[in-house]
Amino acid sequence: MAEPTAKGVLLKPVFDKNPIALLVLGICSALAVTNKLQTALVMAVAVTVVTGASGAAVSAIRHFIPSSIRIIVQMTIIASLVIVVDQVLQAFLPDVSKQLSVFVGLIITNCIVMGRAEGFAMKNPPDLSFWDGIGNGLGYSLILVIVAVFRELFGAGTLLGYTIFPNAIDGGWYVVNGLMVLPPSAFFIIAGIIWALRTWKPEQVEPEG
Amino acid sequence: MEHYLDLFLRSVFIENLALAYFLGMCTFLGVSKSVKTALGLGAAVIAVMVVTIPLNNLILQYLLKPGALTWISTSMADVDLEYLSLISFIGTIAASVQILEMTLDKYAPALYNTLGIFLPLITVNCAILGGSLFMQQRDYNFAESCVYGLGAGFGWALAICCLAGIREKLKYSDIPMGLRGLGATFMIAGLMALAFQSFGGM
Repeated sequence: MAEPTAKGVLLKPVFDKNPIALLVLGICSALAVTNKLQTALVMAVAVTVVTGASGAAVSAIRHFIPSSIRIIVQMTIIASLVIVVDQVLQAFLPDVSKQLSVFVGLIITNCIVMGRAEGFAMKNPPDLSFWDGIGNGLGYSLILVIVAVFRELFGAGTLLGYTIFPNAIDGGWYVVNGLMVLPPSAFFIIAGIIWALRTWKPEQVEPEG
Repeated sequence: MEHYLDLFLRSVFIENLALAYFLGMCTFLGVSKSVKTALGLGAAVIAVMVVTIPLNNLILQYLLKPGALTWISTSMADVDLEYLSLISFIGTIAASVQILEMTLDKYAPALYNTLGIFLPLITVNCAILGGSLFMQQRDYNFAESCVYGLGAGFGWALAICCLAGIREKLKYSDIPMGLRGLGATFMIAGLMALAFQSFGGM
């Protein structure tokens, strides 16, 4: 493999190696917070910040971590960063923080963060690891935002709380699609995205197993 | 007694961690190719949940909650360490998984070999941490958190075994190229989640 460059590690995870669609990482939060665009955006920013910062932090001390306890060290770094994010959200965006409930805390166990710390940051210098983290965070954000746009637009006829399709109940023409409000719809939308992505880039299709 | 039975059934069916809150999805979708491995992973999750949720409950009640430190001295009544809950929970989980692994290795090597690589993976399974966080959010007492740990673990195991069963059958069906593997698994999980939602009306 060629020497990783900042631009490469930043852009590759968005389409070619999307953490959600190809690597099945970080699905949990992707499904649960996407019924409104606002919560999805906050969550996406939080995850991107944590992935980038933890990548840089883990990478900066990678020569000093004994490999037998590296998981615990990585966990501690990530957990500290998540506590910071959680406290900031509670202070400045209390409403959103309440809606996200446990899912902010669950960024700790979000496999994207852990996976990048273990798979990339342990082997590469801090600046590259930072961009790799941001890139993976963006790939995650992309899917999150697509799903949230679908779900909020078709489920409630609004985007970020503004009415796009006037509801039939309020005298408009749009009859809301109740399925989109239910959590399982996120599964169907992600399945659709994977299908589209793999039709566009057939090399991502899984081999017969 | 009725209260605990209710809590157990609710955590297994209505508030199923995998299908209602989508926790532990990475392992749920990744390790559900055969029923046998799914069973092993399910058993490991139950064991870890039963240990960690009550343990975290004790830590929360006697160390972290506002006023929890009064048992040391009354002057510490207004110490609030709750912001440390995330880091202590994940520490407890990582430590208990490690201890469980060593105990199993020594006293039940057969079971240890079956669970194999799944045990360390469980540390980063969000269902486990999620269970502890829900326990904190809903203010369960010690007895309730024991029941909740058992129920939540059992529900997760049930869900992954069902999914694995369906995926085994699916090997013989003709699925469009781009949807093979991950895509189809997502759809099945979505349909299962819809089915589980009907428990919500009970």
